[in-house]
Order: sequence, then C-alpha cells, then structure tokens
Amino acid sequence: MSTQTPAAPERQQTPAGRERQAISLFQRDIVWRALLDSFKKLDPRVQVRNPVMFVVEIGSVITTVTWLIQVFGGNSLGGGHEPAWYTFVIALWLWLTVVFANMAEAFAEGRGRAQAETLRAMRKETIAKMRDGSTKAAAELARGDIVIVPAGELIPGDGTVIEGIATVDESAITGESAPVIRESGGDRSAVTGGTRVTSDEIVVEITQEPGKSFLDRMIALVEGAARRKTPNEIALNILLAALTLIFMIVVATLRPFGLFAHTPISETTLIALLVALIPTTIGALLSAIGIAGMDRLVRRNVLALSGRAVEASGDVDVLLLDKTGTITIGNRLASEFVPMPGVPESELAEVAQLSSLADETPEGRSIVVLAKQYGIREHDMSTLHADFVPFTAQTRMSGVDIDGRRLRKGAGDAIVELVNREGGSPPPELQAQLDRIGREGGTPLAVARDNQVLGVIYLKDTIKEGMRVRFDHLRAMGIKTVMVTGDNRLTAAKIAEESGVDDFLSEATPEAKLELIREQQSDGRLVAMTGDGTNDAPALAQADVGVAMNTGTQAAREAGNMVDLDSNPTKLIEIVEVGKQLLITRGALTTFSIANDVAKYFAILPAIFVGTWATGVGGHESKSPLHVLNVMGLGSPRSAIVSAIIFNAIVIPLLIPLALRGVRYRPIGASALLRRNLLIYGLGGIIAPFIGIKLIDLVVHNLLGG
Amino acid sequence: MTVTGWLTIALFAVLLTALAIPFGSYLANVYSGKRVFLTPIFGGPERFLYKVLRVDPNREQDWKSYAKSLIVFSLAGWLLLYLILRTQDAFFVPHVLNPLGFESAPWNVTFNTASSFMTNTNWQYYSGETTMSYLSQMIGLTVQNWLSAGVGIVVAIALIRGIIGRTGKSLGNFWQDLVRTILYVLAPLSVLAAIVLVSQGVIANFSHYLTVHTVTGLTQTIAMGPVASQEAIKMVGTNGGGFFNTNSAHPFENPTAFTNFFEMLLVLIIPAALVFAYGRMTGNRRQGYAIYATMILMFLGAAAVAYIAEAHGSPAQHAAGLHTHVIAGSSGGNLEGKEQRFGIAGSALFDVVTTVTSCGAVNSAIESFTGIGGAVPFANLSASEVIFGGVGTGLYSILLYVLLAVFIGGLMVGRTPEWLGKKLEAREIKLAGLGILITPLAALLATALATASHAGRESISKAATGPQGFSESFYAYLSQANNNGSAFAGYTGFIQPNAGNVGSHGVTFADLLGGFDMLLARYVPILFALAVAGALAGKRVTPAGLGTMRTDNGTFVVLLIGVIVLVGALTFFPALLLGPVVQGLTSHLY
Repeated sequence: MSTQTPAAPERQQTPAGRERQAISLFQRDIVWRALLDSFKKLDPRVQVRNPVMFVVEIGSVITTVTWLIQVFGGNSLGGGHEPAWYTFVIALWLWLTVVFANMAEAFAEGRGRAQAETLRAMRKETIAKMRDGSTKAAAELARGDIVIVPAGELIPGDGTVIEGIATVDESAITGESAPVIRESGGDRSAVTGGTRVTSDEIVVEITQEPGKSFLDRMIALVEGAARRKTPNEIALNILLAALTLIFMIVVATLRPFGLFAHTPISETTLIALLVALIPTTIGALLSAIGIAGMDRLVRRNVLALSGRAVEASGDVDVLLLDKTGTITIGNRLASEFVPMPGVPESELAEVAQLSSLADETPEGRSIVVLAKQYGIREHDMSTLHADFVPFTAQTRMSGVDIDGRRLRKGAGDAIVELVNREGGSPPPELQAQLDRIGREGGTPLAVARDNQVLGVIYLKDTIKEGMRVRFDHLRAMGIKTVMVTGDNRLTAAKIAEESGVDDFLSEATPEAKLELIREQQSDGRLVAMTGDGTNDAPALAQADVGVAMNTGTQAAREAGNMVDLDSNPTKLIEIVEVGKQLLITRGALTTFSIANDVAKYFAILPAIFVGTWATGVGGHESKSPLHVLNVMGLGSPRSAIVSAIIFNAIVIPLLIPLALRGVRYRPIGASALLRRNLLIYGLGGIIAPFIGIKLIDLVVHNLLGG
Repeated sequence: MTVTGWLTIALFAVLLTALAIPFGSYLANVYSGKRVFLTPIFGGPERFLYKVLRVDPNREQDWKSYAKSLIVFSLAGWLLLYLILRTQDAFFVPHVLNPLGFESAPWNVTFNTASSFMTNTNWQYYSGETTMSYLSQMIGLTVQNWLSAGVGIVVAIALIRGIIGRTGKSLGNFWQDLVRTILYVLAPLSVLAAIVLVSQGVIANFSHYLTVHTVTGLTQTIAMGPVASQEAIKMVGTNGGGFFNTNSAHPFENPTAFTNFFEMLLVLIIPAALVFAYGRMTGNRRQGYAIYATMILMFLGAAAVAYIAEAHGSPAQHAAGLHTHVIAGSSGGNLEGKEQRFGIAGSALFDVVTTVTSCGAVNSAIESFTGIGGAVPFANLSASEVIFGGVGTGLYSILLYVLLAVFIGGLMVGRTPEWLGKKLEAREIKLAGLGILITPLAALLATALATASHAGRESISKAATGPQGFSESFYAYLSQANNNGSAFAGYTGFIQPNAGNVGSHGVTFADLLGGFDMLLARYVPILFALAVAGALAGKRVTPAGLGTMRTDNGTFVVLLIGVIVLVGALTFFPALLLGPVVQGLTSHLY
C-alpha cells in the first residue's frame, strides 16, 4: 500500500558477488609474521593437537638425534649403514615438512589478522555520555546502560536505539561509505559500537557485556582465536589418525620382515617411509582450509559466528527467502490504468498523476512515470495551487485538493466508503476490477474525483532481474527455495511462478514461518534463512543457518549465526557456495593425500629392498628381483628416498594457495561433481607424484653425483 | 586357456547372480519377519526353540544387548567345542563314533582348532582323518560350522537394521535372528546340498576305515566317515574346514567337475544373496546392485588373473622348454598340485571363490600355483574379505568400507557426508575405522612376531627357503586374521608323527598366536560393526536431493573399489613384495 512516510534513503546494496579486496598472500608483513609463526608453532604443545603432524615432528626429532650420534662417531640406530649426510638430509626435510604445515596455518591466520588489525584500530577508547548526565569509559559499559550519542560521536557499544533517529556511518565495519538510518522502534534499531553518528542524536540502550561487543567477536573470529574444530573436521581428523595408526604398524612390522629377508632397514629410512605414507598433505592443510573458509566469508562481508555454521551452510537443503526485497524489488510499480465504464483512460491517467504529484514514494513516482506514457504533460505542484492531502493509516488514501475538487487515490474499500459518504455510488465494475487485480498478484489503488470513481491503478510487484537464473542455479545445487510472503495465496502463487521459486508460504506470520522451519527440520532438512526484524528472531534462531541483516534489530543479530554486513538477502547463495567449497576442499585434498602414497611406495620400497633376495647366479644378476618395481627409474636408493620426502614436503606449500582459495564448486549435480573431483584429485593424486618425484630425483641424483 | 574355461567362469557368474537375486528377496522377507513359503514347515520348530531357549523373540535389543548375547553364545560354543575335542578318547574307545580310537589332540592345537571353528575360520593344523573321531567331526566341528555361520549372518542383519532404523536403538533380537537363520536359511540349503553331493558320490557313513590292495600290490587305507552333511555346511556357511586333510581335492568331498561347480555356487550363494537382501531392506534395490557390482567386478578380475596365470604355466615350465598349451587329454598350463578332473579353470575359479570369501576350502595346492596365480589369493585376503566375504561377514565388512567411501566422497560433493540420509559423524568414523583396522593389523603384527622369532620360524616347513618361508608365514596369519582358513601349505602348528595323535604335540607359539589372531579379528570387528549399527540406528534421515552423493550408481562403485584396493594395497604392499611378488618376479625356485 502506498505509504506516505518519507522513504529512508536506503543504503546502496552492494551487488551480489562483490568481494572485499582479498588481502594478498605476499604482503610483506604477512609473510614475515607467517614465517616467524611457522617456527614458533614447532612447539610440541601446539603440534600435539594435530596427530599427523605431531608424528612427523617426533620423526624429525629422532632423525636429528640419530644424525648427531653419527656426527659424534656413533652408529646410526637400527642398523642399515646409512651415511650421516643422508640422515641429515632426511631430518632437514622432515623439519621442513612440519614448518611448511605451520606456514599454511600461519598464512591463513595472517590474512585474518590483517583484517583484525583494521578492526582493532576502531576500538578506540571513547567516553560514553550516560542519560543521567554522568560519563563512563566505553569499556565499562554493561548491558542495560543507557547512553546518549550526539552527531559526530562514536557509538560506545552495541545496542538498540530507544529514542530518536539518526544517520550512522558504518563504513568501519561494512566497508560501505554511505551512511545508514538508525531509528528507534522499527527493524532498523540496532547500532554497532565503533560506528559514528553523522546527524541528529540518538539514545541507545547497551545490549552487550563488556568486552563481548560485536567488534570484539569479529576480531576474535577473523583472527582465528575463537576457532574450534567443527564436527566434520573432528571426524576427518579421526580418519587421518586412523590412517596414521595403520601406517605406523605397517612401517613397524616392515623391520622384522626386512630382517627375515636379511635386509636391515635404518631408523631414518623407516621414519622417512612413515612420513611419506601418513596423510601429511591434508594433515598440514586442514586447519588452513577451515580458517580460509571463514576468511572467504568475511571478504564477502559475511561474519560467521561459528565454524559450525559455515560447515552447515554447505548442507543447506531449503532456503527461505522473504519475497519483498529479495525476490521482488521492495516496491510495487504502477503498470496499468483501468478506467471505469464511461471514463476515458486519459482522464483517469491525469487524475491519477495529479493525485500522486506530491507522493514521493516509489509507488507514487511510478504512477507519474506511467501517466507520462499517456501523453499527459508534467504538472508543477507550485503552479497548481494545490493542497496536498497526505496518507494516514486512518484514511488509507492520499491526494490533492485543486480548485475545490478533491482528487483521491487509495485502498479500494476506503475509496468506496468515501464515495458513498459523498453521495455517489461506486460502479459495480469497480469491485470486479479490484478482485481481478488482487487475484493476479497486483495491488489495486482506486482513484476518485469527488464522488465519482474514475478507475483503478494496477500496481505490480516487480521481480528482480536474474532471479530465475539464480533459482535454477540453486536447484542444480540441490537446494529448494521457498518464498515467504504476507500476500494472499493467489498473489503468492503468481509471483512464485514468475520468479521460478520452488515453493511459497503465503499469508506468513512469524509463527507460520517458525512452524515451516520446524516442519522441514523434522523431515531431516537443513534450513537457511535471512531475516532482519525482531519478529524474525525466533525463526533465525531455529534455522540451521540464520543470516541476520546488519541493518536489522539487535535481537535478529543475536539470534542468527551469521551476520551479513551488506544486508543483501541473496547473499545466502554465496554463503552456501563457500560452505560447499570448504567441504570439497577437505575431501579433495584428503583423496589427493592418500592417492599420493602409491607413487611413494614405488619410490621407497624398491630403494629399501634393492638387494633383497638378489638372485646372483654366476654373477649375472646381483639385483633383487624387486628392482623392476623402480618404475620411475630413480637414480639411486638414497636419492629415491630423499626425493620422495622432498616431494612430500614441498607439495604442502604448493597446495597452500588451493587450500586458501578453495576448490571451485560447480552446480553440476553430485554425481558429476564426484566424478570430476575423483578424476582430478584421485587419479591425479596417483599420477602427479610419479612425475614430481622423478623430476626431483633428476636434481637430487645429480647433486649426489650418482 | 580354453573357451570352455572362460565359459565356465562366465556361466558361474551368471548363474550365481540369477540365483542370488530371488534368494536375496527371500532373505529380506525372512529377516523382516514376513511369512515365507517355509513358514508352515519351520514355524512350529521355531516357536519350540524359543520355548526351549526361553527367549522372547519380541524383545528388542539395542546394540550392547545384542552384542552381549552374541558374545555369551560364542563363548559357550567355544567351551563346548574345546571340551568335545579334548574328550574324544575319554569314554570306552574305540566305539562306533570313534572306530579307530583316536586320542584327543593336545591342548594347544585344540585351542587353535576350537577358536578356528568358532570364528568361521576353519584353519586346520590337524588332518581330519588322522585326528578327529566321527563324534568330534559331527557334534563338535559340524555344529560350530552352523553356529559360526549363523553368527556372521545375524551381525550383517543387525547392521542393516541400524542403517535403515528410523526410530529408537533397536537392532532386533539376536536369538530370534539366529534361530531363523538356522531354520530358514542354513537348514534348507544344507539338506539340499547334502542330497546332491551324496548323489554324486560323497560318502556318509560310520564305517571303519577300509584297507584295500592297490593294483601295484601295495596296501592302502581309505578313510571313511559322515562326510556329506559336513561338506554341505562347510560350503554353505563359508566355513571351509575339510573332513579330510586334502579338503575339496579329496574325491569323497568333491568327486566330480559338477560337484566342484555346485560347491562353488554353495559358497557364494548366501554372501551374494545377502547383498541383494540389503538392497531390498533399505527400500532401494539399487543400493544392493551397486555393492554387488563392486563385488562381482573384483571377483571376476581376480578369477581372470588367476586363470590366465595358471593357464600360462609356471616360469620353470617355460625355462625347461615344456609345452604348456592345451593338448589332448590335458588342459595345459600349470597342473602341479591340481586335480585333472577340475582342470585349470575349475581350480583357479575355486581358489578365487574360496579366498574372496572366508571359506578357505581348497581343491588344489595354492603353493603350487604360479607366482602371479598364487598372488591372487594373497590379494583377495588383503582386501579383508569384502569381495562377497564370509556369510554375513562380507556384507558387514564391505558396509564399513562403504561408510568410509561415503565419508571421503561425500565431502567431495560439498556436503557433510551422509549415507542413506544419515549424517556420518566422528563417532561412526571412529567405529568404522577401528573395525576396518583390526583385521589387517592383526595379520601384520602376527606375521611380524612369527617371522622375527625363533619360535615362529619353527613352523615354517623345512623345504621352504627365502621368500617361500615368508609367504607361508604371512599367508598363515593373513588367512587366520581374515577368518579364511586356507593355507599356503607347509606352515604347521601340529607335529603328528603317527595317525591317531599318538605321540603328537602342538607348536604352542603358532597355535596360540593363530588362535588369538582369529578370535581378535573376528569378534573385535563384529563389536565395532554392531556399535556402528547402534550409532546409526535412530539417526535423523535427510531426504536425498540433487546435491546428495548417491551410493547406488557407477561412480560410487568406482569410488568403493578404489577405497578397498587402496586400503588393502597400502597396508599389505610391503609384505606382499617380500613374499609372492618377489617369487613372481624371478624364475628362481624356493
């Protein structure tokens, strides 16, 4: 319905897909800090949290000790006469493997930290003016304190506007320079500490506990300080630990097997084999993948309040989307003038235009624009000597009085009542048209001149461009979209059909919305939704992924598990993609890591068993029959083992960019996606190390001089 | 290679599939408590058994209670079997059920044997015809053949119930499942099998051993006994413990090429049908087809390799310039240790059938296979008995692998992994991972102990040198850990200088190590499989959508084969190198 409240200057919504500038990996300070951290993280108390890398670190220590013993003239542990330089090279690369793994995590954290620094700079010490006239340091504000913030000052803490209306510059947290309106009452009452009031004065009730502000949480999140392992990460870690255990037994039993075959194997070589086999690649990159997932959301201006939420977003089955503002552009636009019998269309258009001249709402403006198409020249309010009659909730109509004639437009029944009061009688055609437009999903506005009904203006919901493509995209991802609207069933059905959404909930109340979420969840589906109003808070809390708009109320922001700083409801699609990317990256690198082992076996085992059961009859053949397994034709046993270990180590930094960027998600259906990733990371994971180890061996073997 | 040989293998696969599909439907009905055509016959005995056992078949058990019943039942069975075997000479021997008055085998061998039959392994350090009385064979070993098969099947059924369970924690009732398995599944098949076998010349009597004079004028003793009934359940229950030492190579166990084919079908019919039953019980038959495809592809691959390798002949034959191709009256190839009546294809296929399953029966000498042909049973065992596997065992083992494959593959489609709508979380991964781990670890650790110690090396046959000694030891513990029971000959745990156990003694180290290996690798995975079932039962089910990874299509079959091969290969590759691989790569004979 046409409303006469002055339209709040809506902040420009960022176009979907806009990303905050990724902080380059190679910024100087990030690199230095990451390098330093890579060594700091060698602390066993840090490593023990990652069983795979902890095993590597223990291996590094043992080989180093072995090397020291050899340097001081002792024998290497466990037989097998390995020279000291060999032990040293293996030890060195094992240490490097741990350092590379630390580096992956440090780089991921470094990027987040850089973002946190910018945020931290805003957390200045401000003095809050309390309503009772006293002052308090911002850091000491507690929940329930009431402060006054005049124009030009920083808001001292998170809270809800309880009095006044003001424009607020939130660029510090959202990156958006245009100021936004914050007012008491409605759905735009939440303010964030650290943002600046640019006009007027507001009274804010603080809703945060000291030190737990939105900004504090944001800093902790992007820094990774509040990072806890997500359920899926824990499960994957268990799988990696189980694999590590298998390989420890495989390697431990290889020693007695070797002795049975008169092939003593040195401790160093066994440790090298173990490290090559255990899933170090994914073990090293796992936490970096998680941190990078958060980081990717932050770059899209979304704050996930837990890693669990990011993971869950990959699983979303149902997406609840508010019709207004998400599927349709928030306003209805005039699309047709329907005159009553005997009224020329141009006359209706003119009256409609005149009655809307002072109406600054998008609906009003759209009527003026449509009227222009009927060749009606533009009137100028000031020359018309017209009196403007604004819209009120009681009259439910607006218009102008010109030369004693009263031009009105408004809700059908309000106009009917008016005309009846004035002694006229609305034509029977009117009700039929009002019903038809309502049925078709439009909003009818009746137009009257004094006691005569001239016709109806057809206001239509306009669906945002490209929505159908987006819904098709979601459908391909296996996600069902449900439009939620307060419209009646017919209207909702029409818009649902036009926009291509899968399903709709009409005449929605907050309770109906909550009920819908519960129903979907009891069927086992994961539900995501966006919301901004206090009304939405229960539904946001119930949804598995609840994205609160930053423009919304404090209640909504606390109920959701993500906050979209751009307040762009279609952002959910990107959030889901980030979640999926995160999971795919984990799976792909796990597969790659395990598949790599095949080549490592073919490098290391022929090297170990080079002389085992050599069938040297008459001096023809003094090699083991197993030498044919050296399919890569590696130069020498030691260079083969060293090459495998070097490959194992350097594949980690090589994959850091992939871990941070994430494997690309394509909505091509699960089976096609699985086939594709199996081919790239499974088959590729088998083949790649054969090439990599061979190339490294060419260098290493030459360095060793045969 | 001959066309007949390939046709035998192809016909076998086709017949097996054709029989297993309807039998699978039958099994699904039996375990869903539906009425089947045998209900009128067995309904009465079923109710009678519940009364005798004082079981309320309607009492639902959660996984812990189910496992407790299973363990108690198995332990009682073990004690009973141990007692029977140790007292076979206690009462008035010789009598009709111990006509030759055999003494009991010593405690250590009996420990191994009791563990072996209890666990469906049927590893035999003893020779049946020189060790066991008819009584021991019948009420000791044969009874355990039935019961151990039953235990394997009910675990698979309980796991399926956990996977499909929507409400609560119930996995069914152990006693009801066991009774129904014996009455409705094992009994009809065994009776049918025994009749067919007897018709072909398998013996069934309590006669004293025959002494005959051969054409060359020598005297020969021919062992007798109640063979047919034991032979039937030996195959149907994938037990594999022969009545005679030479197992299914013996003409009284496996007299003709027809019985050979028939026995192979008996071995695979339940494991194959259970897979189809799984599909039916999940409500999506394609789930069963996908697992069946995985199994039959790996099975046919193994059969093809074994057949080609054996038909090609051994390197020694080629080195000596011998013809190995088909000539009149001979199927060509490597016939050492094979029965002419089965031929190359019949022996190679039988070998694959009994080593992919936990049967372990043999109709030829595996140690006489060529290097590559001999590597096939090693590879089959390395795959941890998931290619059909033992009755029930194969299904619950491969389902644990499916769980693992779904976890890795599920991530790659961008969702937290879910299997038939149920989310796989830390608990399931932990339990399934450990369940899968135990068997290979038990095999590796036991082999390490056996090859590294003097006590262990005692068991290696004197003729075996170098890699052959390693192969023997490795195969022995791989076979026992997988509850298979076939042997790479030579490896011994029982020194028996005279028939009837006079003056015999066991090799304690090998007997105990093997015994514990079998018990560990049988019951620990069973407990983990039941725990997985318990964890999955009652989990919320997410309806499948476009974004859900499917477990019933070709892509998943490839993934599953990949996971099985990779886990097996990565675990056993080093050990395999030192045994069969090194032997396959050299013409040197060990």
